[in-house]
Amino acid sequence: MPAITFVHSNGNSDHLDASDGESAMQAATRYGLDGILAECGGNAMCATCHVYVDDALAGAIAGRPRRRGRAARWHRRGAAADEPAVLPDQDHV
Amino acid sequence: MTVPSACASTAGPMAIPHLDVDPFAISFFDDPYPTHERLREAGPVVYLDKWNVYGVARYAEVYSVLNDPQTFCSSRGVGLSDFKKEKPWRPPSLILEADPPAHTRTRAVLSKVLSPATMKRIRDGFALAAEAKIDELLQRRKFDAVADLAEAYPLSVFPDALGLKAEGREHLIPYAGLVFNAFGPPNELRQTAIERSAPHQAYVAEQCQRPNLKPGGFGACIHAFSDTGEITSDEAPLLVRSLLSAGLDTTVYGIGAALYCLARFPKEFARLRADPSLARNAFEEAVRFESPVQTFFRTTTREVEIGGTRVGEGEKVLMFLGAANRDPRRWIESDRYDITRKTSGHVGFGSGIHMCVGQLVARLEGEVVLSAIARRVASIEISGPVERRYNNTLRGLESLPISITPA
Ligand code: HEM
Ligand code: FES
Repeated sequence: MPAITFVHSNGNSDHLDASDGESAMQAATRYGLDGILAECGGNAMCATCHVYVDDALAGAIAGRPRRRGRAARWHRRGAAADEPAVLPDQDHV
Repeated sequence: MTVPSACASTAGPMAIPHLDVDPFAISFFDDPYPTHERLREAGPVVYLDKWNVYGVARYAEVYSVLNDPQTFCSSRGVGLSDFKKEKPWRPPSLILEADPPAHTRTRAVLSKVLSPATMKRIRDGFALAAEAKIDELLQRRKFDAVADLAEAYPLSVFPDALGLKAEGREHLIPYAGLVFNAFGPPNELRQTAIERSAPHQAYVAEQCQRPNLKPGGFGACIHAFSDTGEITSDEAPLLVRSLLSAGLDTTVYGIGAALYCLARFPKEFARLRADPSLARNAFEEAVRFESPVQTFFRTTTREVEIGGTRVGEGEKVLMFLGAANRDPRRWIESDRYDITRKTSGHVGFGSGIHMCVGQLVARLEGEVVLSAIARRVASIEISGPVERRYNNTLRGLESLPISITPA
């Protein structure tokens, strides 16, 4: 089971278990994580799901890895990292 | 009601509960919540004998049906009528009633037309109009929150944003009422609406043509995509039609839902006044709580199991969005209107590839109206009999007499 660590802008972090194929955005909203509003449910319309992906882990992410992007970039395929991913969070733009 | 004998003959791996409820009956619309609970409690999937359809009312199943468009398709209609067996009452929508890959292309165009960049461009105008409307209503003190605000406000901004001519706009709300009634079964609501549809359809068909749409509006923007080849010039008018069908009445019901919530729950209104930045979430929570769009159907493209029950190919599945949005399995205090709730994941705008493409417009309208109210209005009181409006798909009010006082 993939696990994701979300690091908030204040330095606190949340560690959560995602399911295979699930996107970082979906996992975050399922847990009701602060800072990931994800208004548009992954349709890449709202930009309320922004995260930074740790450089070291970019390769672990399915879809198109980007250092900084919306969780939307991986909505389609899921951000399902095979290993724990550290995703330093950013407040939405 | 469960009918055990019928279960035994039709059931697959697990017996399916048969219920005799009619989710398109007036008595149901008057108070759907006890029936929603029955539907959820009966099982992950139920069979509705009245219309011979499957139904899902729990959040988990509604969410998974919405997010599996290959198995649960839209191209056979998102109403009860199966386009494979029955001629649609109008040419099908190129977006709502389409599957990938056709849907992907038209969806991309409407997403660009209704993008965050477009919202930036229209935001100030929409906000000013909301403030002017609330100021005007504060002069009157007593008015009908449905006709004078929930309808009047969208009518004052949306048709202009679309680029419609001034004449004939009185057809817009009846046309949308017709579209949403037509998703339902052949009951009186649907039949009467279709019988009276000719003048509204003629108006809409005419307004979708390029020369009738003002430059710079959403309609003209859609047509411009036919110049770049992303859509054909035959497709453009039908995509404009989608905005005429789904862009106005839905927000009337959405804003109406939010006003009805604030009028009924003064504590939540007090919290909104204390922090007007909650306006956007207060609107979003009203969309969850009232679910202005109550239901949509899908059609199965293959045999599939839902919650352990086998459902054959070519079956209609009715998704109860309103029931999913109040499923206690998913929501804490699901029957409470809470303007600070984390609403993410509610299915009031749908979910997945068909999730409302106009959601940013809807939220913009809802936010600016509630924000103007939060800053200018001290109290809202219901001052007369509340009347419900009946529609096969939309849930909302015919009349909500209120009185307000200035802050
Ligand atoms: C509170 C207001 C609104 C609500 C509750 C609402 C609800 C919905 C829902 C539930 C769907 C999903 C349909 C499905 O899955 O089959 C949808 C789709 C759609 N909505 Fe909205 N809507 C609203 C406002 C708007 C507005 C303002 C527009 C246009 C400006 C719009 C245009 C559309 C279109 C074109 C689709 C089809 C999208 C697709 O199939 O990809 N809606 N809406
Ligand atoms: S949820 Fe809207 S862009 Fe990611």
